[in-house]
Amino acid sequence: MDIVGLYNYWIVIFLMMAGFYVVIARGNLIKKLVGLNVFQASVFVLYISMGKVTGGTAPIIAEGITNYSNPLPHVLILTAIVVGVATTALGLALVVRIRQAYGTIEEDEIHKLDDDS
Amino acid sequence: MSPEFAIALSIVIPLVGAVLIGLCDRWPDLRETVTMITAGALFAVVVMILPQVASGERPELVLLELFPGLEIKFTVEPLGMLFALIASGLWIVTSIYSIGYMRGHEEENQTRFYVCFAIALAAAMGIAYSGNMLTLFICYEILTLSTYPLVTHAGTNEAMRAGRVYLGILIGTSIGFLLLGIIITWSIAGTLDFTQGGILTGKADGAVIGGLLLLYVFGIGKAALMPFHRWLPAAMVAPTPVSALLHAVAVVKAGVFTVLKVTVYIFGIDLLRDIDATIWLQYLAAATILISSLVAMTKDNLKARLAYSTISQLSYIVLGAMLVSQSSVIGGGMHIATHAFGKITLFFCAGAYMVAAHKTEISQLKGIGRVMPVTTGAFLIGSLSIIGLPPFGGLWSKWYLALGALEADKLIFVIVLLVSSLLNVAYLLPIPIRGFFGKADASDAPGGHSAHVSSGAGDSPIREAPLPCLIAITITSIGCVALFFFSDSIYELLKPIVAP
Amino acid sequence: MITEHFPALQIVIPLIAAPLCILLRWRNVPFGIALVATWSAFIISCLLLGQVMDQGIISYELGGWAAPWGIEYRIDAANAMVLLIVSGIGSVVVPYTRNSMLLEYIHERHYMFYSAYLLCLTGLMGVAITGDAFNLFVFLEISSLSSYVLISLGFDRRALTAAYQYLVLGTIGATFIVIGIGLLYHATGSLNMLDISQRLEINGYDRTVVAAFAFITVGTLLKLALFPLHLWLPDAYTYAPSSVSAFLAATATKVAVYVLLRFFFTIFGAEFSFETLPSGPPLMALAIIAMFTGSFVAIFQENIKRMLAYSSVAQIGYMILGVSLVTVNGVAATVLHLFNHALIKGGLFLAMGCIYFRISSHHIDNFAGLGRRMPLTMAAFVVGGLSLIGVPLTAGFISKWQFVLAALDRDLWWVAALLMMSSLLAVVYVWRVVEQAYFRSPPAGSEAVTEAPTSLLIPTWVLVGANIYFGIETELPLTVSRMAARALLGTQ
Repeated sequence: MDIVGLYNYWIVIFLMMAGFYVVIARGNLIKKLVGLNVFQASVFVLYISMGKVTGGTAPIIAEGITNYSNPLPHVLILTAIVVGVATTALGLALVVRIRQAYGTIEEDEIHKLDDDS
Repeated sequence: MSPEFAIALSIVIPLVGAVLIGLCDRWPDLRETVTMITAGALFAVVVMILPQVASGERPELVLLELFPGLEIKFTVEPLGMLFALIASGLWIVTSIYSIGYMRGHEEENQTRFYVCFAIALAAAMGIAYSGNMLTLFICYEILTLSTYPLVTHAGTNEAMRAGRVYLGILIGTSIGFLLLGIIITWSIAGTLDFTQGGILTGKADGAVIGGLLLLYVFGIGKAALMPFHRWLPAAMVAPTPVSALLHAVAVVKAGVFTVLKVTVYIFGIDLLRDIDATIWLQYLAAATILISSLVAMTKDNLKARLAYSTISQLSYIVLGAMLVSQSSVIGGGMHIATHAFGKITLFFCAGAYMVAAHKTEISQLKGIGRVMPVTTGAFLIGSLSIIGLPPFGGLWSKWYLALGALEADKLIFVIVLLVSSLLNVAYLLPIPIRGFFGKADASDAPGGHSAHVSSGAGDSPIREAPLPCLIAITITSIGCVALFFFSDSIYELLKPIVAP
Repeated sequence: MITEHFPALQIVIPLIAAPLCILLRWRNVPFGIALVATWSAFIISCLLLGQVMDQGIISYELGGWAAPWGIEYRIDAANAMVLLIVSGIGSVVVPYTRNSMLLEYIHERHYMFYSAYLLCLTGLMGVAITGDAFNLFVFLEISSLSSYVLISLGFDRRALTAAYQYLVLGTIGATFIVIGIGLLYHATGSLNMLDISQRLEINGYDRTVVAAFAFITVGTLLKLALFPLHLWLPDAYTYAPSSVSAFLAATATKVAVYVLLRFFFTIFGAEFSFETLPSGPPLMALAIIAMFTGSFVAIFQENIKRMLAYSSVAQIGYMILGVSLVTVNGVAATVLHLFNHALIKGGLFLAMGCIYFRISSHHIDNFAGLGRRMPLTMAAFVVGGLSLIGVPLTAGFISKWQFVLAALDRDLWWVAALLMMSSLLAVVYVWRVVEQAYFRSPPAGSEAVTEAPTSLLIPTWVLVGANIYFGIETELPLTVSRMAARALLGTQ
């Protein structure tokens, strides 16, 4: 099995799991968002890797070049990045509001405040 | 009046009555007048349909179609006719009785009481006339829900708890088993119409039919077959007119009526004869008859004893249905009528004791016959009719049931019927006998009532029950006797349902 | 002809209306815009459904680019039904928002609410209408992002944490879906749903496709909140503003169920989803567990809105159960229940909003005596509750009937029995409210409560009335759901 040759996929898996772990394990709401971003970034890498055609260049028509990488996944992931940015922005905005309402952004403290009230 | 119109009227009249009663909240006299008029009009309309049904017609009214082949419709056939006659006829009597009882007892929320009563009657009419199983199911559920406020009328925590048992068992069995059975029937037969001879013949093998029968019989919780009988004693927290009309006549009879109807028109008696499940159910019904009679003997509370007696009597009808012979089915149908009159009389008397003397326990009733002779006399008549002695109607239904058992070659159930009659004697007769001949002992009457229940002596002498109650009691007692002489006409009415 | 462009207009109208709400923010203008946009979307979806029923599948090439390269909007009976549900509920809820929002404190920024609302509507309808897998993801995110905003508008501060939690889980779900779509593209080189399914049939289903299937399934199940992936749902529905709860409960999970149907049946094909891969039994098991745990937990909720939220978890179980039967009857029952449950839960949450408007509480203890003080509202709640239980003559009964029949068709007697048993649990939790409202007197010294304002009652009763109407006039939903199931399963 070609382990080294598929290194970008290994990176995808690593980033995905690392991000996922951060989302689950961290109680700080900001850190969770960071984890979420890492998680999403892994997908970006996945898409970009898929678009790569071995030996191909950037898909700009030029003399003498016949082998291009597939531009579509790259375009798609541009959309996904935009979605990711929007999600992060909204998430951060929510965290700001949570901090205003609770005075903390630690999950367990928030739960405690909710239980007490 | 066309029969279709009469069918529609018999559902609509009680509903309109309910609305009008609700509007007359502030004028009790007007409210009770409306109740009486509604009950009278309903009975008149029901009687108008009778000649046609007796002559073999089956008037039908299709209300709406849910999906192709599945309608909400009403068809009047003899069994339903009988049930409708009894329920609507006894409603008049109960209304008279309620006026005396509710006022004598100074109950609250009387308007809600009369409104729900009227709705319950509309549902009972719907059950009686239902032309297919779905219509019956809908009316069955409406009946359960509309009687809930009546059961919890007192509003106490005890009443609410009893109400939960009541709803829990009735809704639980009806949705858990009955509705499932209905949908399975639909999926097998493609129709739910009540059809002479059944709709399942040749559609499924014996095991499926047997399972389906169990779903139906247990699903009809109102038939109070053990182990789903607990709701009936629980329902006894209701005011006595409710126990009388609904939990001795309309609701419980709706249950056994449904059992009979399912037996005759969904399965068909020819089909059921070869199904093993009926044997199990026969023994279960027999067990219910005997066990609840025994339980009844241990109850000192009069209404509780009557409730267990009702459970036992209902199983007569279930037994009749499950024996699937012609006489037993007819006997079951007749028992709906005879037991209705007998048991309603007993409940009326129980209520009368409660209103006039504030006595609920049997042990308090010694010597009561001397101050309340009419009530106690009626109690005696009712008891004798339930036991099945001539010249009272109860004799005939038991006769046909026993005949049916013999037709089915099941001697053991004849014995069960006899033993049960003896048990009836043991738990019912002592009450009027002690009432007439027992010696009232004021000293050991339990609770705080002893001061003013001591008969004939001191501050608050017991008198007979209010006049409206007495009128009602007298009418039903006469009914018990009348049924003895007119049982033939019921037999003739019911005969076509088992015609091959 | 304008009718040709209905599929595009369906999406474009609310999409354009959303920024307009922010630009024209004077007084009631945003409300007016939202009203016009949602109702025109509703009318268009009705017309589209009519067209689909008459002429069969509609294919619309967006911007004139031919599929599979361009984005295709492809409408069969299944999406037409979902579009109708989403736009119908959307248009009924808008009039309701005007009054219920006043209490829920965001009055001064109401134009933003309408903007988010319209975006959410756009996203949900976009998911339903599109025939392009990646486009589906984009619309899904539009609807999700705006629904996080809508939920966070709730009065309670827990709305914020609920929205946050939903954001995290929703993003994970959506990311899973986009991973799956990417893998599908990897395997087939296409994003058009129809094209993917045809290419899959030719190329065969390799391991990439299996991975794609797994990612998409998990992501969608997270979005539609099937047990045990339902954790975001109760909080989100409980703390969102009443009108938002009604809108989302009636539409968001329904659209996710549609996505699942589309992927399972149209893209992967029933044979691959259920025969090559054994998805049926685990789905059925989860569905049944959801039916029971959802209802069971609902029984013990003190907060009635939360109770309804848990009941939604149970109802989603029903829908997935229908899917897991993999028959026309089962899928038809699911599609029918999408429709009926939208009516049920929409009506119930709107009724809850009416109650909250008057008593500012969702706690069951405060319901005592409401039956007499708010008769119309409580009557609406009761009818909705009956429909939820599946009492005859309500819409809920028709779907229950179809579910049981579908189970019986497959000879799954025990499933049919379990279906009935779980409706008994529904009886229990609905009854708790009824008993409290009708048979308990209000606590002494409580403030006088009057009937909810007419502007709230009318939308509530429109949905509740629809429950009765479609419980009796069953032809339309039955026919359409059957057509939808045939379209999905590819049988005629």
